[in-house]
Amino acid sequence: MTTEEITEYLNREYGGNLDPTYAEAGDSWITVSPSVLREVAKTLRDDKNLQFNNLMCLSGIHYQKENELGVAYHLHSTIHDHKLVMKVRVPEDNPVVPSVESLWKTANWHEREAYDLVGITFRGHPGLLRILTPQDWEGHPLRKDYEQQESYRNVSTGI
Amino acid sequence: MAPVTSPQPAAIENRTMTINMGPQHPSTHGVLRLEVTVDGEVVTKVKPDIGYLHRCFEKYAESLGDYAKVVPYTDRIDYVSALHQEMGYVIAVEKLLELEVPERVEYMRVILAELQRIASHLLGIGTFGLDLGAFTPFLYCFIERENILRILEKVSGARLLYNYLCVGGLMRDIPTDFTSDTWEFVTSFRPKIKELNDLLTTNSIFIDRTANIGVLPAEVALNYSASGPMLRGSGVSWDLRKNDPYSIYDRFEFNVPVGQGEMGTVGDCWDRYIVRVREMEESLKIIEQALDQMPGEGDVKEAVPRRIRSKEGEVYVRTETPRGELGYYIISEKSGPYRIKARTPSFVNLSILPAISKGALVADLVAIVGSIDIVLGGVDR
Amino acid sequence: MALLIFATLPLLLIVGYALFAIWLERKVSAHIQDRLGPMRVGGWHGWAQTIADMLKLIQKEDIIPTNASRFLFKSAPFVLFAASYAAFSVIPFSSAYIGSSINIGVFYLLAVTSLLTLSVIMGAWASNNKWSLLGGMRTAAQMVSYEVPTIMSVLSVLVVAGSLNLMTISEMQTGNDILGFLPNWLIFQNPFLIVAFIIFFISIVAESHRVPFDLPESESELVAGFQTEYSGMRWGIFMLAEYADMLLLSLLGAVLFFGGWASPFGSYLSGPVWGFIWFMLKGLLFVFVMMWMRWTLPRYRVDQLMEICWTILIPVSFINFVLIALWEMTF
Repeated sequence: MTTEEITEYLNREYGGNLDPTYAEAGDSWITVSPSVLREVAKTLRDDKNLQFNNLMCLSGIHYQKENELGVAYHLHSTIHDHKLVMKVRVPEDNPVVPSVESLWKTANWHEREAYDLVGITFRGHPGLLRILTPQDWEGHPLRKDYEQQESYRNVSTGI
Repeated sequence: MAPVTSPQPAAIENRTMTINMGPQHPSTHGVLRLEVTVDGEVVTKVKPDIGYLHRCFEKYAESLGDYAKVVPYTDRIDYVSALHQEMGYVIAVEKLLELEVPERVEYMRVILAELQRIASHLLGIGTFGLDLGAFTPFLYCFIERENILRILEKVSGARLLYNYLCVGGLMRDIPTDFTSDTWEFVTSFRPKIKELNDLLTTNSIFIDRTANIGVLPAEVALNYSASGPMLRGSGVSWDLRKNDPYSIYDRFEFNVPVGQGEMGTVGDCWDRYIVRVREMEESLKIIEQALDQMPGEGDVKEAVPRRIRSKEGEVYVRTETPRGELGYYIISEKSGPYRIKARTPSFVNLSILPAISKGALVADLVAIVGSIDIVLGGVDR
Repeated sequence: MALLIFATLPLLLIVGYALFAIWLERKVSAHIQDRLGPMRVGGWHGWAQTIADMLKLIQKEDIIPTNASRFLFKSAPFVLFAASYAAFSVIPFSSAYIGSSINIGVFYLLAVTSLLTLSVIMGAWASNNKWSLLGGMRTAAQMVSYEVPTIMSVLSVLVVAGSLNLMTISEMQTGNDILGFLPNWLIFQNPFLIVAFIIFFISIVAESHRVPFDLPESESELVAGFQTEYSGMRWGIFMLAEYADMLLLSLLGAVLFFGGWASPFGSYLSGPVWGFIWFMLKGLLFVFVMMWMRWTLPRYRVDQLMEICWTILIPVSFINFVLIALWEMTF
C-alpha cells in the first residue's frame, strides 16, 4: 500500500483524520499528534492489513523556525512489503513524546539517541539515558541553536 | 516415623561481580565498553556503553551545507566498508535530486561494493576466529583482503577511506586494467573460500564454540529490526539487494543464504558466521556477471552536477551493507541539507546484545560480540 | 664448586632453550601463517630477536599495582620458575648426566609440578584484578583436573617399567629388539601405552596451558588472564617458565614413552653426547607439535574443557590402566 492508501485505510477503519504531506521531492509522510501516537503505532503494528513489524529508523529533528522538535518513524512491513513515514511534532519547551519501545524493541536505543542529541523526552522509556555523549554533558548537540560547552570536567573542548 | 529433615546448610554468600569489558579489551572490536555482571563465569547482565568513537557525523553533515562535501565523512561511519557508506549516501542524494546515473557508473559501483563486501566479510570472519583463539585464519583472511585493497587502491588511490563515489558519478575514471585485475582476483579467491572452510568452518572446536550460542530467534530479530547476516542468520531471507533492489541489483542472479541451523539451532553464532562465508560466494557471482555486462566506454562524470541545486523534501534510503541495512534519512531545504541521519546496522545490531547474551559464559559473550560483527565507527558515528 | 656448576647446567639449558623456543615459535607461526616472522635482528633469519626482546624486557619498568598484595605479586613468577627448574633435576639428559638420580623421580616430578598451579593462583590473586582472578580460577580448575589423567597415564607406564627412577626407565629402553628392528621404547612394548601416550599428550598440552586449552591466559577473553598486571621481566619470567614447563613435560613424555636418551638405532649413534642430542630432539619434536597446534586450532570454552577431562580422558585413562595391567600379567 502507498502512503495515501494507508492513510485512507486508517481514516476509514479507525475514524481518524490523518492527511499525508507531500514535499517537492522525495517521500511523503503523515503527521500524528503525540496524544494518539501510541495508539496509532499499535494499530500500525497489529492491524492485519498493515502489520508494520519493522521500525527501520527513528530520528529526532529540530525544527528551528517553528520552535518545535519532531520525531520521524520510518516503518516497514516485511509481510506486506510497504513503507510509511510517520511524524510527530512537539513544542520545544515541553518535548514529551510517548515511547514506542514496548512495540518495537529497536526503538530503545534510537530513542535514547534522540533524547541525547535532540533532547526529546520519551515517556514510558525503560531507561532514558544519554547514549553517545557522557551522562553529564550539557545541551543537545543536534539542536540548531546548540552551543558547545567550553570545557568538560576541566578539559578544554577546543573552542 | 518423623520425616527426615536435612540440616540447613550455612548461608553461602553469593555475590555477583561487575567487570568492565573494554574500552580497552582485545575482543571488543574497537572502543566498546560492556558492563558485564558475572556470577562466576556466567554472564547475568550485559550493558553496552557506547559513544567513545562519536565523531559528530550528523552535526558535521548539517553544518557543511553542501551535499557533495559530505561524501568523505560518510566514509568514516563504517571504515571497514567505506564504499557502502558512500554508495548509500550518494543513492539517497540522487533519489532526492532525481538524478540519472550512467550505466557504466552503476556497474562500477556494484562491482566495487561487492568487492568491499568480500573484504569486509573477510575481516569479520577473521576477527571472529581471532575471538575464539584461532589466529591463523585471521591472517589468511587478511592476505585475501589485501588483494582487494590493492584493486581498490588502484581505482581510488586510497586503501581504507576511498572518497571515490560522488553524487551522480565517480570521482575519476576507471583504470584500464581494473577488469583484468578483478577477474584475476575472482578466479584466485574461489579456492581460498574452501581453504577457509577447511581451517575454520568445519573445525570441531570452532563448531563447539559457536553452535547453539547466542541464539537469536527470528521474531526477536525482526522486533529489534536486525538486518544483514544477523537477520539472515536467524533464517529470515531478507536482503535489500533482492527484496527492495536499489542501483542495478535487480539485473543479477544470486542467492540469499540464510541460517538453517546446520550445526545447532537456527540463529546461533555459527549460522551468522556461515551466512557471511556464503555471501562471499554470492558476491563473486555478482561481480562476474557485472564484469561481463559492464559497458566498456562511457564518461563516469557525465551526470555529475556542476553545482547541486537542492530541493525541498526528504528521503529515507536504505542499502545493504555487509553488516545490514544502512539507512540515510535526509531532510533537505532549498539551501542544502537540513538534517542527515545515518541509521547504521552496527548500532541496531549491537542493541540486541543484552537480549541474546543472558546466561552465556564470558567466553560465549566474546563469541557473540564477534558474530554480530560490529564496527564501532558505525555504532558511534 | 663442581656441584654448583653441575646444578647450573640445566638452568643454562632452560634459558638457552627458552630463547630458542620463543624464536622458533615465531618462525613456526609465521610460516604457518604465510609470512616470514623476524628477519632483521642478528642477521640470519632474525636469530637474535628474542635476545633483543629479553634485553628490552629487563629495561622495562616493573609495575606493581597499588592495591596488589606486594609480596605475593612479586614472588609468584619466581615460585613458578623455581618449580619448573626444580623438576628438571630428575630428568636424565643423557646416560652421563642427571641432576639427582633419586628412586622416586617420577613421584618427585609430579609433586613439584603441582607448585606451578599454586604460583599461578598466587599471581592471579595477588594482582587484585578481576580478569586475573577469572584466569586464576580457570587455572586452578584446569590444572587440578588435568593432573588426574596425566598421573594415570604416567602410572600406566610405571606398571610396565616397574621403576620410579627416570634413569632406570631410560636405561631399560635401549636396544632394538621388538620385532627385530623397533627400538625397545615403552610405547612399542605394550599396545595400550599408545592410548596412554595420547591421553598424556593431551593432558600436558592442557597443563602447560597451550591452545586449544590456553584458557588461563586466553587473550581474547581475559585480556591476558593471570598475567594481566605483570610487566617487564616479571612477565618475562612467566614466559620463560611457560616454555620451560612445555619442555619439561615434553621431556617427561620422551622418557616415559620414547626411550629418553636411547638412540632409535640401537648402539649406533649412542653414547652420552648423542644421547643428549636424541633426547632434546625428541623433546623438541613434542614442543613443535604443541606450537603447530597452537597456530591451527581455536580455543575450547571452560566448561567444554572440563567436560573433555572428566567425561573422556579420566574414564578412558582408568580403563586403559586396567587393560595395561592385564596385558602385563598375560604376557
